[in-house]
Amino acid sequence: MSAPLLEVRGLSKRFRGLQAVDGVSFAVPRGGIVALIGPNGAGKTTTFNLIAGVIAPDSGSVLLDGVDITGLRPDQACHAGIGRTFQLVRPFGALSVLENVMVGALRATADMRVARDAACAILERLGLVDKAEAPAKSLTLPERKRLETARALATRPKILLLDEVMAGLRPTEIDQMVAAFAALARETGIAILLTEHVMRAVMALSHHIVVLHHGQKICEGTPEQVTRDPQVLECYFGHAPVAGN
Amino acid sequence: MRGVPLLGLSPRVAAALGLFVLVMLALPFFANDYIVSVLVVVLFAAYFGQSWNIVTGFAGQLSLGHALYVGLGAYTSAALFVHFGVPPWLGMPAGMAVAAIAGTLIAALSFRFRVGGVYFALLTIAFAEFVRILFGHFKWVGATEGLFLPVANLAHQDLLRLRGSPRMFYYFLLALTLGALGLSHLLLNRRIGYYWQAIREDEEAAQALGINVFRCKVLAMALSAALTALGGGFLAFYDNNLYPDTVFAIGRSVEIITAPIIGGLGTLFGPILGAFLLTTLGETMTSLTSGVEINGLKQWLYGAALLAIVALQPAGIWPWLRRLIGLETRR
Repeated sequence: MSAPLLEVRGLSKRFRGLQAVDGVSFAVPRGGIVALIGPNGAGKTTTFNLIAGVIAPDSGSVLLDGVDITGLRPDQACHAGIGRTFQLVRPFGALSVLENVMVGALRATADMRVARDAACAILERLGLVDKAEAPAKSLTLPERKRLETARALATRPKILLLDEVMAGLRPTEIDQMVAAFAALARETGIAILLTEHVMRAVMALSHHIVVLHHGQKICEGTPEQVTRDPQVLECYFGHAPVAGN
Repeated sequence: MRGVPLLGLSPRVAAALGLFVLVMLALPFFANDYIVSVLVVVLFAAYFGQSWNIVTGFAGQLSLGHALYVGLGAYTSAALFVHFGVPPWLGMPAGMAVAAIAGTLIAALSFRFRVGGVYFALLTIAFAEFVRILFGHFKWVGATEGLFLPVANLAHQDLLRLRGSPRMFYYFLLALTLGALGLSHLLLNRRIGYYWQAIREDEEAAQALGINVFRCKVLAMALSAALTALGGGFLAFYDNNLYPDTVFAIGRSVEIITAPIIGGLGTLFGPILGAFLLTTLGETMTSLTSGVEINGLKQWLYGAALLAIVALQPAGIWPWLRRLIGLETRR
């Protein structure tokens, strides 16, 4: 097997007294879809922020396509090939949906026409094309989540970091998004790293799952392996505190 | 931008703009000296408003100290002219450079240390006040005594040395205002304009999309400062006298931002519309209250009118007017 696209090695981050992320290592292969799951406060979003450069890790490293991107600023990480969405959506409210996505597309080109065409193609893929001219602030929450994804995708990332983009969607909408992401990974070869509480989506989409608990990786494997793991069952359904801490 | 002819403006906007330009070009042939001098005030306000609109309206960084750049532009070109006979056409670019450097330093200093929002605004005031006081002790430019340009013979227009009648300044300022309008339109429809607006709407999201937020914000400030200083150069040669306490006055900074806010912050036509409305309003208030012996009545009425506009149309007059007359432009 070739070298992974994204490799996270021993990533750690401490906030005051809280060890938010504690020596986490995992890898995402090219074209792979990996889910990062765990209870609230497990360190999923912090891990995302460490990979995307929002915060710098205390120790550990992040490699994208063999290049060390540890400690880069978010805009530099984006240029390196990281496309991320925010759990709490952050649309450019006064701009139209199309303009929002064009801002992303302008990462790769300064030609407005090229950016516009690229943005339109992405809106088409994510089913937002009839909202193209609407101001972003007029969108519903599920639409805003799709806009987040569209904007990140427009930067032409090597890997897409999706932070709970399914939350708040109806089951049929989730199935549509799952199909859209599966098609995206299959057709474009973009790798996806996602955090999600919606297990329906996680199980249908991911090839590989990494489970975090109290900032540590407690298990990883295929969806079948992970759902049978006693430690995972324990942290989700709760008995004694997880051993090893 | 969306498949429409003529510079990306919709036909109705282009027609309205064309009509506006024609009327403005013809006005001095019909209007008396008083009207022309009022229009010069309007155009100064419009131009300064447009320049300020780039950094605050487009890029979302609130500057409350733009008098600083007016002053740097005015003093640089005036001092070079008075002391060395440097013609304004060389002195004004020098003033723009000085202002751009000042703007870059202030912005870089603030944004490097993550000073933003109201704290950035306070810092811009502080720098403007600091330079005002500094110039009050700067003997070479006359300190508090003032710097004076030789008064012109108004019968004769000297285009090279900018000595002439208000009508000459009127046409220069009209060109400046239309130039700033064209530049703003161009910038808004380029990558940098999209980036500025993205930063204005959400800095963190903008950065996640690969935008070098620091560089874009500094660029907005430097450009805005340089354009403001160009207007300052014309102001020096129009007023013929410069005092630190009036040129760098905090009141001037406030005046600069009022027209774009009333007209429509971040919009293309807002600053021009706001300048016309406010100056007309001010002149109307002056004539209304001229026979009345109540101190501050004019200011009171003016303030009340501003309050009413802001309360009724918080986004400014232009967005409202645009809907009203059904112009289908986006900005």
